[in-house]
Amino acid sequence: MTFSSLFMKESRAITRAKGALLMVESIPGVKFGEIVDVWLSDGEVKRGQAIDISREATIVQVFGGVSEVDLVGSKVRCKGQTLKLPVSIDILGRVFNGMGDPIDGGSPVVAEDYLDINGEPINPVSRVPPAEFIETGISAIDGLNALVRGQKLPIFSGSGLPHNRIAAQIIRQATVRSKEEKFAIVFAAIGVSYDHAAFFMSSLEQTGARERTVAFINTASDPVIERISTPRLALTAGEYLAWKQGMHVLVILTDMTNYCEALRELSAMRDEIPSRRGYPGYMYTDLATIYERAGRISGKEGSVTIVPILTMPDDDITHPIPDLTGYITEGQIVLSRDLERKGIYPPIDVFLSLSRMMKEGIGPGQTREDHNNVFMQLYAAYAEGCDLREMSTIIGAEALGERDRIYLMNADSFEREFISQGEFEKREVEDTLDIGWRLFSALPEEDLKLISEELIRKYLPKYRNLNATTTSQS
Amino acid sequence: MGRIWRVSGPLVIAEDMRGSQVYEMVEIGDEGVIGEIVGLEEERAIIQAHEDTLGLKVGEKVRGTGTILTAELGPGIVGSIYDGLQKSLTELMKESSFLKRGVKVFSLPRDKKWHFSPTVKVGEAVSEGHIIGTVPETNLIEHRIMVPPGSEGVVKEIGEGDYTIEQPIACLEHDGEIEELTMMQKWPVRKPRPYEQRLDSSQLLITGMRIMDYMFPLVLGGKAAIPGGFGTGKTVALQQLARWAQTQLNIYVGCGERGNEMADVLYSFRKLEDPATGRLLQEKEVFIANTSNMPVVAREAGIFVGITIAEYYRDMGYDVLLVADSTSRWAEAMREISGRLEEMPGEEGFPAYLGSRLSSFYERAGLVQCLGSPERTGSVTVAGAVSPPGADFSEPVTQNTLRIVEALYSLDVSLANRRHFPAINWLTSYSLYAEAVKDWWSKVDPEWADTRGIALRLLQQEANLEEIVRLVGPEALPEGDKLLLLVARMIREDFLMQSAYHDIDTYSSPARAHLMLKTIIVFYKLAQEMLDSGINVAEIRSSPIMYKISRMKDIPHDVFEQRIEELRAEMEVSLVAHRGGV
Ligand SMILES: Nc1ncnc2c1ncn2[C@@H]1O[C@H](COP(=O)(O)OP(=O)(O)OP(=O)(O)O)[C@@H](O)[C@H]1O
Ligand SMILES: [Mg+2]
Repeated sequence: MTFSSLFMKESRAITRAKGALLMVESIPGVKFGEIVDVWLSDGEVKRGQAIDISREATIVQVFGGVSEVDLVGSKVRCKGQTLKLPVSIDILGRVFNGMGDPIDGGSPVVAEDYLDINGEPINPVSRVPPAEFIETGISAIDGLNALVRGQKLPIFSGSGLPHNRIAAQIIRQATVRSKEEKFAIVFAAIGVSYDHAAFFMSSLEQTGARERTVAFINTASDPVIERISTPRLALTAGEYLAWKQGMHVLVILTDMTNYCEALRELSAMRDEIPSRRGYPGYMYTDLATIYERAGRISGKEGSVTIVPILTMPDDDITHPIPDLTGYITEGQIVLSRDLERKGIYPPIDVFLSLSRMMKEGIGPGQTREDHNNVFMQLYAAYAEGCDLREMSTIIGAEALGERDRIYLMNADSFEREFISQGEFEKREVEDTLDIGWRLFSALPEEDLKLISEELIRKYLPKYRNLNATTTSQS
Repeated sequence: MGRIWRVSGPLVIAEDMRGSQVYEMVEIGDEGVIGEIVGLEEERAIIQAHEDTLGLKVGEKVRGTGTILTAELGPGIVGSIYDGLQKSLTELMKESSFLKRGVKVFSLPRDKKWHFSPTVKVGEAVSEGHIIGTVPETNLIEHRIMVPPGSEGVVKEIGEGDYTIEQPIACLEHDGEIEELTMMQKWPVRKPRPYEQRLDSSQLLITGMRIMDYMFPLVLGGKAAIPGGFGTGKTVALQQLARWAQTQLNIYVGCGERGNEMADVLYSFRKLEDPATGRLLQEKEVFIANTSNMPVVAREAGIFVGITIAEYYRDMGYDVLLVADSTSRWAEAMREISGRLEEMPGEEGFPAYLGSRLSSFYERAGLVQCLGSPERTGSVTVAGAVSPPGADFSEPVTQNTLRIVEALYSLDVSLANRRHFPAINWLTSYSLYAEAVKDWWSKVDPEWADTRGIALRLLQQEANLEEIVRLVGPEALPEGDKLLLLVARMIREDFLMQSAYHDIDTYSSPARAHLMLKTIIVFYKLAQEMLDSGINVAEIRSSPIMYKISRMKDIPHDVFEQRIEELRAEMEVSLVAHRGGV
């Protein structure tokens, strides 16, 4: 053994190569999870990670696959550290690949710090419960599934549904009312087509948010294994901007389904015992280590809000990808093919959608005092209307009583007037709530059981006009 | 001292580990990552790491601690927030907002002095479990210092005054040997604490949730599971239990779930008051928070630390409730370790011992006669959330849990989707304790069993009728059936539905619950009479009485009885008016 190889900690004895995995004779001093360089016989260098180390062997997972590794001529060399992202405020406006290297033609970032891309878990006691309402200007979200700062709220979509347009609309319109604060957007494209990534970049350009954005792009043609690091890089950048620079950061990750597929592929390569439908048993925990990086921290200015996008295979919400995601995130915005077919944009299925942090973010001081009541009553009325709609397809609307017909019609109005809106229409939350009240006008007043009498007197249009006249008279 | 031989995720194999024992705690590497030996093969130890293993190297030292995973028990537990290894997260926060591994902090404060008042005298013979003194731990909890299991003797010395948990407060002599006692005990978490005997329980655990208390009651010392798909309300249900359950101490174990949720619980418990005592809830809670992004192996430790603390307070004579959210995440941690150990996988990759491990947790619930004097009983009630993949209850964790628990609150995705909360399905949930609490309930109201029976029957009939309605429409039904549907709906919406976020209705006493349901059933009887006298359901539906019934939830607790009486009187009158009208 030469001095230099001892010093550099390297191994030439590659015993097996399979998929993205290399079995190497034990490299002395290699750390678990360490990043290594794999030198191919033709001089090309690939990066890898030590994922299993022992006295007998080191198993290296190679970023980019090992098809060209020639067992004899190649060698593995340690770098002595885990994967890190160089950060400074200058990452804003930049574009990186799934390894954190710049791909916008600019020079490397002059680093103020190098951060481990896995981050560290936030002490739950240090967290501040998310409670600041983010107005997206989209009624189905603001009114019924409100997003708050520090939340992780995914969009569950299906192929061909307009999730990208909705996400772009959120990026364009999202504001926290009455506040001028430092904000930033982190965008990660994970295994998506070049067109999708370009759509986002140009839409950021149009809003003028380009300078406030950090992008990490791994397109469909980039190495699969880098899909594992892409969201982690994005969150590392997001955390830096939030906790070190005091910014309110919105992180968009698209498409997390590609991330999960990559995870499955790697797991299969490692011959692990698969769990449901071939996905690894640790997928829940793995996804949680990404999504749990959202939050607010006591004593720190900024916040990290995550809006991941995923496409549900076969539109099936019980598929492990949306299922495990739903178990981790604080709700979900689910898109519906039915509504899309009816020509409704955004086609948000309000029954399947949920925002768990909503209750903290709405009400007096944040939105309006009637928000919670309006929200519950809208759901109840729409649920009843949808049940009747289903029934009427069998027995015919004529067979329904008068009251039932009112609810049936109400469901249609709700979809056309409340859910549906323009892609460039930004509704204030008061307008959203008032649309709700307009819909209530068509219902029997004694059916408004979920709204307090006081609020009915104050907001129901017929009383509101009355109130207006009495005040103007006095 | 051994050395690392292999690292693969949370699994570490160490060599030169002769003399170690299974379940011994070890410190791995220079940073002292905490691990636990789960198997020995000659001089190699198989270790599961309770902290992150990133950056460990082959050859780094591994040090056995000689102790197994134990909980520190003594004054200072109540109000604490621990991680899965009982490290104080509040202490850790002083270092950083982020969790670093290898950091050692005590579970119980070492420098804090507690006021100890003795309850025994010099010369008294005491044995295990005997209460020798008390300490005011919080305004709600009097900490009773007990002779630890396995100790006995004659009191030689007994202190009085302010002590830390490490200073001796008593001396016992037994067979010529002197033993000093402090206020702290240590107990291996995987081992149940001893008690005199188990007792049958017939006392309702008041939860303040109508569908539980009234329909599917839980008892002190009972075992319950709450399975449900994502977003169906497991966490909210467990939080409601931890908030309002009329037990003396509640333990909230967050096991592999969300950090924001944990923060929400912690914040709200600092503000909320216990309905029975008016004191802050925090004074009767212990939190264990091992969120989903914290090391998976510590999920199991957290569950067992929690149940050990529960038993310790049970031994003092308290009624303790432990809620665990979610047992599925613990099961997944077991699966991960088992997979790395290359054990024979059982169903869906879970180890074959999944069922026995789950029952070693749930079986520690129960009502017991405690050891030692004075004679007393204590209980541990356990409620665990289960998160079945795809909301499919046929999966192994749900199925294994159902074999153990006696009460099932089955959460339903379709109810949750239409925002019927709590989304507990009244047709598929059950409680085997319903018989046992009959006597308890009869003291609140002798008609409980009947009223409950009528309501459950109406809901069942509604389900049957709905099949027909789907084919012929509601208008084609006879008036009697229409009325039944109307009343069943009232039971669902005006009684079973109970928002956790409603200022008043979030907690419903058993008496309030009874009056509510009773009012609906009385309405049903009166409405039937109206039908008989020729009034149709459409008319009944538009009666202002119905509207008032739907507003029962808004009536404040202090005037509830009176307002319900007025409502009943009004019902009678309006019926008489109708009678007169015909
Ligand atoms: N009793 C209740 N009253 C009012 N709202 C409720 C109630 N239970 C649940 N909800 C609503 O449903 C949402 C989801 O509930 P919860 O977080 O308890 O689900 P969960 O079953 O724990 O989901 P997961 O498995 O993903 O953790 C809550 O955020 C709340 O909006
Ligand atoms: Mg939950």
